[in-house]
Amino acid sequence: MYAEKGKHVITSLAEHKAVLDTCKHLEKQGLEVTYLEPTKAGGITLEMVRAALRPDTILVALMWANNEVGTLNPVREIGALCHEKGVLFFSDATQAVGKVPVDVEADHVDLSVPVGPQDLRPQGRRLLYVRRKNPRVRLVAQMDGGGHERGMRSGTLNVPGIVGLGKACELARTELEQDAAHASELRDWFEGRIFAELDHVALNGDREHRLPGNSNLSFSYVEGESLIMGFKDLAVSSGSACTSASLEPSHVLRSMGVGDELAHSSIRFGFGRFTKREEIDFAVEQVVKAVRRLRELSPLYEMVKEGIDISKIQWQSGH
Amino acid sequence: MAYSDKVIDHYNNPRNVGSFDKTKSNVGTGVVGAPECGDVMKLQIEVEGDRIVDAKFKTFGCGSAIASSSLATEWIKGKTLDEALSIQNTQIVEELSLPPVKIHCSVLAEDAIKAAIHDYKTKHGPGVRRQT
Repeated sequence: MYAEKGKHVITSLAEHKAVLDTCKHLEKQGLEVTYLEPTKAGGITLEMVRAALRPDTILVALMWANNEVGTLNPVREIGALCHEKGVLFFSDATQAVGKVPVDVEADHVDLSVPVGPQDLRPQGRRLLYVRRKNPRVRLVAQMDGGGHERGMRSGTLNVPGIVGLGKACELARTELEQDAAHASELRDWFEGRIFAELDHVALNGDREHRLPGNSNLSFSYVEGESLIMGFKDLAVSSGSACTSASLEPSHVLRSMGVGDELAHSSIRFGFGRFTKREEIDFAVEQVVKAVRRLRELSPLYEMVKEGIDISKIQWQSGH
Repeated sequence: MAYSDKVIDHYNNPRNVGSFDKTKSNVGTGVVGAPECGDVMKLQIEVEGDRIVDAKFKTFGCGSAIASSSLATEWIKGKTLDEALSIQNTQIVEELSLPPVKIHCSVLAEDAIKAAIHDYKTKHGPGVRRQT
């Protein structure tokens, strides 16, 4: 629908697969996609977007907050730039709603999938924001047959789902500050204890500009999947939960320049409004115990303790 | 990842964890895999005559990798070098009911056994006693 305006799309290597796979599909249809390389902290800067814009750019797709490392992008600035240049701006707000303020007007966002506050919304319900004016965003109908939802998605509406999602958004908005403060406090307490009790732990992401309830840590010399087996009472994910079916190390960490070795050792912890302080203490004990036990099992940790530089070893790979 | 009870048992109670002094002449050491692939196994054997009298391992890797190497040390203890060399990764797959995505763990364990034996034989030169 926008093909006559141009054929260039800008996104980032740290986006969710839902965006990256879609871009790959668009490339097959003849569009050109620029994949921005994020900073070491996993963010995209205004300057990167400015440098990548072309006269034929029709869309910029950059997430509000990264789903693995929680890094926040400067959405408002990027949105303003897009509007100045007449380019549509799509921002995936899946992680952001209910955790940081999201305002499609002030932030100049044209299209968004806010999904809804993840720990409040009815499971399986989601929403798509499509700007109606300045500029009006026109989409090809997902399905025809009655013209529901402004003609974009025909079909009888799911009233209980809509009401539930609306209520969840209302709660998320009115209690956002207090939820964010609670999540940050627990997260900081968690990280403080982990860093005090274990050596060779690295934080992935941006310590300052990140989601309040996100903590993505790499525990060197232990492998993520075996670590998760070690704390069976915790629900965490190695990489993103969405891609945990795959054995590949996280594409987000890779795009940030984190080596595969550390990417294999990363775990994402999440803290929300329902998390309690006692649970954090329990989690810390479980993590510390599992990491120590697996390091006793780890030939890499043994080598490091012996003073061997494992980055200089010629490993025989191929598996 | 759904693991078999045997994998979980080896993960929770790994057998023969530890290290031998790799400079000793009766010790063979095999280190296989690579950190960037997410698996590194170190398997060591202590040999008397042509028989493996003790074995130890350390593994960086997933639960299946830990279980495969733990099982490998159990199996090779008491075996002659040639008997140990005949262990196939498919036997490990079968014993631990490894899913297809974890077969490489069993391959690595087989490689680790072979590498440790190779190291031992290298230390002892071409004249090493061997059953043919």
